[in-house]
Amino acid sequence: MNTSADQNTKCEVSFTVNGEKKSVLAHPMERLLDVLRHELELTGTKEGCGEGECGSCSVLLDGMLVNSCLVPVAQVSGTTIITIEGMSSHFLMKPLQEAFLECGGAQCGICTPGMILAAVHLLEKTPNPALADIREGLSGNLCRCTGYMQIFEAVSKAAPRRAAK
Amino acid sequence: MTVPHIVGSSVPRKEGWDKVTGAARYVDDMVLPGMLYGATVRSTIARGKIRNISFDPSIPWSEFVVVSSKDIPGKNHIALILDDQPCLASEAVNHPEEPILLLAHPDRHKLRKAVDAVAIDYDPLPSIHSIEESEEQSTIIWGSDNTLKSYLVEKGDVDAVWKDAAHIVEGEYFTGAQEQLYIENNGVIAAYDPEHGVTVWGSLQCPYYVHKALMALCGLPENKVRVVQMETGGAFGGKEEYPSMIAGHAALLAIKSGQPVKFVYDRMEDMVATTKRHPSRTRHRTAVDKDGKILGGEIDFTIDGGAYATLSSVVLSRGTIHAGGPYHWPSVRIRTKAVATNTPPHGAFRGFGAPQSLFAMERHMDRIAQVVGISPVEGRRRNFLKPGQTTTTQQVIREEIDLHHLLDRALELSSYTAKKTRFAEENKTGTRKKGIGIAAFLHGAGFTGSGERYLNSLVGVEAGVDGTVRVLVSSAEFGQGTNTVLCQIAAEALGLPYGNVVIAQPDTNVVPNSGPTVASRTAMIVGKLVQSAAQGIKQTLAKTGFLGDNYTPEQFRAACAQYIAAHETLKSYARYEAPGNVYWDDEKYRGEAYAAFAWAVYVAEVTVDLTTYAVSVDDFVALQEVGKVINPVLAEGQITGGVAQAIGFALYEKVLWQNGRMINNQMTNYIMPASLDLPPIRVFFEELGNVHGAHGAKGIGELPMDGPAPAILSAVEDATGVPFRSIPLLPEDLFEALRDEPIEQDFSPSTRGRA
Repeated sequence: MNTSADQNTKCEVSFTVNGEKKSVLAHPMERLLDVLRHELELTGTKEGCGEGECGSCSVLLDGMLVNSCLVPVAQVSGTTIITIEGMSSHFLMKPLQEAFLECGGAQCGICTPGMILAAVHLLEKTPNPALADIREGLSGNLCRCTGYMQIFEAVSKAAPRRAAK
Repeated sequence: MTVPHIVGSSVPRKEGWDKVTGAARYVDDMVLPGMLYGATVRSTIARGKIRNISFDPSIPWSEFVVVSSKDIPGKNHIALILDDQPCLASEAVNHPEEPILLLAHPDRHKLRKAVDAVAIDYDPLPSIHSIEESEEQSTIIWGSDNTLKSYLVEKGDVDAVWKDAAHIVEGEYFTGAQEQLYIENNGVIAAYDPEHGVTVWGSLQCPYYVHKALMALCGLPENKVRVVQMETGGAFGGKEEYPSMIAGHAALLAIKSGQPVKFVYDRMEDMVATTKRHPSRTRHRTAVDKDGKILGGEIDFTIDGGAYATLSSVVLSRGTIHAGGPYHWPSVRIRTKAVATNTPPHGAFRGFGAPQSLFAMERHMDRIAQVVGISPVEGRRRNFLKPGQTTTTQQVIREEIDLHHLLDRALELSSYTAKKTRFAEENKTGTRKKGIGIAAFLHGAGFTGSGERYLNSLVGVEAGVDGTVRVLVSSAEFGQGTNTVLCQIAAEALGLPYGNVVIAQPDTNVVPNSGPTVASRTAMIVGKLVQSAAQGIKQTLAKTGFLGDNYTPEQFRAACAQYIAAHETLKSYARYEAPGNVYWDDEKYRGEAYAAFAWAVYVAEVTVDLTTYAVSVDDFVALQEVGKVINPVLAEGQITGGVAQAIGFALYEKVLWQNGRMINNQMTNYIMPASLDLPPIRVFFEELGNVHGAHGAKGIGELPMDGPAPAILSAVEDATGVPFRSIPLLPEDLFEALRDEPIEQDFSPSTRGRA
C-alpha cells in the first residue's frame, strides 16, 4: 500500500468526544484507541494488549463500557465518547479518585484510567454494589500490581461518598 | 516542635493524582517532532548461521532507515555481566525471535509489512530446549558444556549423616516459565545529536544499567549518554535488563537517521521476545531422624537460562541461597547450575530464583512430614531456624525472629486446625474437595553477598530556597511506591511535612547512581541512604548556625534561603557503607548472604472441583515480618499484588513452548488472574526492628512471590491426597492424576450425570 492509496481509503468520521464535536480523517478500520491517542492526543486511554482482554483502553461509548482497541473508528460515527480526560466533572469521579488514592487502588497506574471508567460504569448502574458486583463489574479490567483487593476496597468506599445528584 | 510520624503512616502515593486522572506520562504518551517508529526483524529459527538477508523489491526501502550489526558504532553486545548477548545477531542466531535487523519509518502502519518483506536464509543447526537436553551435552550451544554458571554451598559433613538417618526422603520438583505481564509493554524513545549524544526516555527499572549498555554499544563517553525514566506501567523484573536491548535498538536507529525513534512493542512481541522467569528443577535428598528433624541433605537446583548468560548467574545465586528455606540444616551440600537452551534468555522476575527453590523446599518439607508421619505444621516446627543458628551459607541469624510465633499466629488467623478437621470430614462425600496448606519462607533483602559493596550506591538530597526538599536517586517508581516511601523517609528525617518533599524524575543527567531498582533493596538500602543524606542537610544548616534543634517548616525554609544565598546550593550526598563485621566469601559461597531477611508464613485454602478439575483459592492469609512498615497501605498492596501474581504462577500461567518459542504469547491464551479469580487476600504484618534499614525497614517487594505456590499445592494435596510436585498446576494436570482415582460420589441430582 502506498501513501496515495492510503489517502484514498481514508474517510471522514464525526463524533463527540468529551463534549466536543470532532471530525477525523481516518482509515475506517483504524482502531478508536489509535484515533484517540494519536489524532486527538487523548493519551489517558492506554493500550495493554490490543485484543480486548485487559481493559486498559476502556472508554464510554454512548454510555457503554467498551475496549477502544476493538472498535473500528467507522463504527463510532455519530456517537458520544467519554475518555478519562472527559470525566473530571462527573459526580462519581472525585469520590473514586480519592478512594483509589486512599486505599492504594492505583500502583503503576497503567490500568487505572480504564479501571476508574469501569468503576464509574458500575456505580452508575449499581449505586450500592456488593463485593460480588464489584468483582463482576471490574472483571474486564486486568491489573497486575494490586491483586485487586485495594481496588475493590476503593470502589466500596467511593459508592456511599458520591455527591448528591 | 513535634511533627506526627510520617514513616509508618499511609500518606497518599506521591504521583497518585496524575495516575487517577490519566495525566501520568508513560513513554508511549510522548511524541517528539520528526519522530520515526522502529520495528525489529527477528529470527524465525532457534539456532543457525545467517546465510543471506534479502529485501523484497515491492517495498520502497529508500523510505526506511535500516540498521544491521554493521551499523553499530561501539561493541555489539548488551553490557551486563558477561556481555555475551549481541544487540543484533550478525552471523548466527541462538534463539527464536533474536533481533537481526532494525527498521524505522515515519508511518508506523508501514512497518509490519516491511518486517515481513525481509527474508533471512539460514543454515539451521541443532537446537536444545530443556534442562535435560542441555545437560546431555550432545549439542553444545554455550561455552564448553552449556553451563552458564554453577555454585557449590557446603556446610558440615553431609556424607556422614546418611548412616544415622531414620528416613532418607527424596523428591524432585519443577517450576515453569512465567511472564511478568506488566500491563504497559516495553518501550523507549531515543534521540541523537552529535553535541549531546544519545538521550533515551523509557519504561525501565534501572536507568544506569541502560546508561552503561548504551555507552558500550554506541561507543560514547559517560556525558554523551542520558537516560530518563518515564512513568513505568509495571515491571516486576521484566524491565530490569531488557530495556538495555530495546534502548540500544532505538539509539542505533536514531544515530543512523538523525531523527528521534520510538520503539513500543505490542503485546505479542513483548511476550514472545522478552524475558520470563527461569524454569527450574530441584532435587532433594534429605536425611531426617525419627522425629522428623533434618540431619542433613543434598539439594540440586538447576535453572534454564536460555541462550545467553544475561542475569542467570545472579538469579541462580538467590535461588541457591534460599534453597534451604527457613530451616536449620546441620549439614548440607547445595549444587546449583544455570544451563543454556535455545530459548530467549530468561531474566529477572520478582523473587529472582527464590520462588523456584523455595517451592521445592516447601513441597519437600510436606513430603518429609508425610514420610515421618507428622503433620506439615509439625514438620516445619521441628526444623525452624532460631536466632543464633546458622543458615546454609553459615550466616548467623542475629535477628530476634520467632518463627514458631509466626506459624502459630498464621494458623490462628486462618482457623487452620478447625478447618483441616472439618474439611477431612466433609471431603468424605461430594465432588468438591476442600484443602488447606501452609508455606514458611524467607527472603533476603538487598544484593547478595558482596553485591551492595560493589554497587557502592550514592544518593542525594537537595533543598531549595522555598524550603522544598528534593530526593535525588536513580531508584525508579513502577508501582511499588519508591517515590512515596523515599519522600516519607526524607520528610521524617528532616521533621518536615510530607508535602514539602518531592522526588526527582530519574534522569542520569540529574540523579546520582543509587543502584538498580531491584532485589527488594529500595526501602532498606536506598531508604537508609536517603535518611543519611537528609540528616546531612539538617547538620549543614545547624553547623552554619542557620537552624536550631527545633524548627518549624517556615524556619527551615528561611534557613535554606539563607544558606543558598551564601553558598548557591544546598545538597547532601550519602554513599553506601557496608555494615561492619560482615563476612562473605564469593569462592566458597559462605557467610552473610544478606544484611536482613524478611520472614513469612502463608496459609492457602482451596477447593478442587472433581467435575471440572479446576482449583479455586478460597481464602489466603499472608503473615510476614518485614521490619518497620513505612507505609501500611502501600506495603499491603505489595503483598496482595505479589500473592495474586504467585497464584497465577501456581495455577494459571503456563508458557507453551515450541522449539524455544512461546506460542501462547497473547493475553487471550496466557491467563493471568482477573478480579473474579482471586480469594480475599488477608495481609498481616509483624514488625521487628532492623538496624540496617531506614527506620528499621527490610525488603518487601519480592517476598510475597515465594510462598503462595507451595501453600496452594499443599492445600491441593490436603484436598486430594495427591502430592503434586510441579507448577503451573492446570486442570488438565489434575485430570491426568485424578481421573483413575476412585472418588466417593454424592449422587445428588446436580452431579449424577457425571462419571
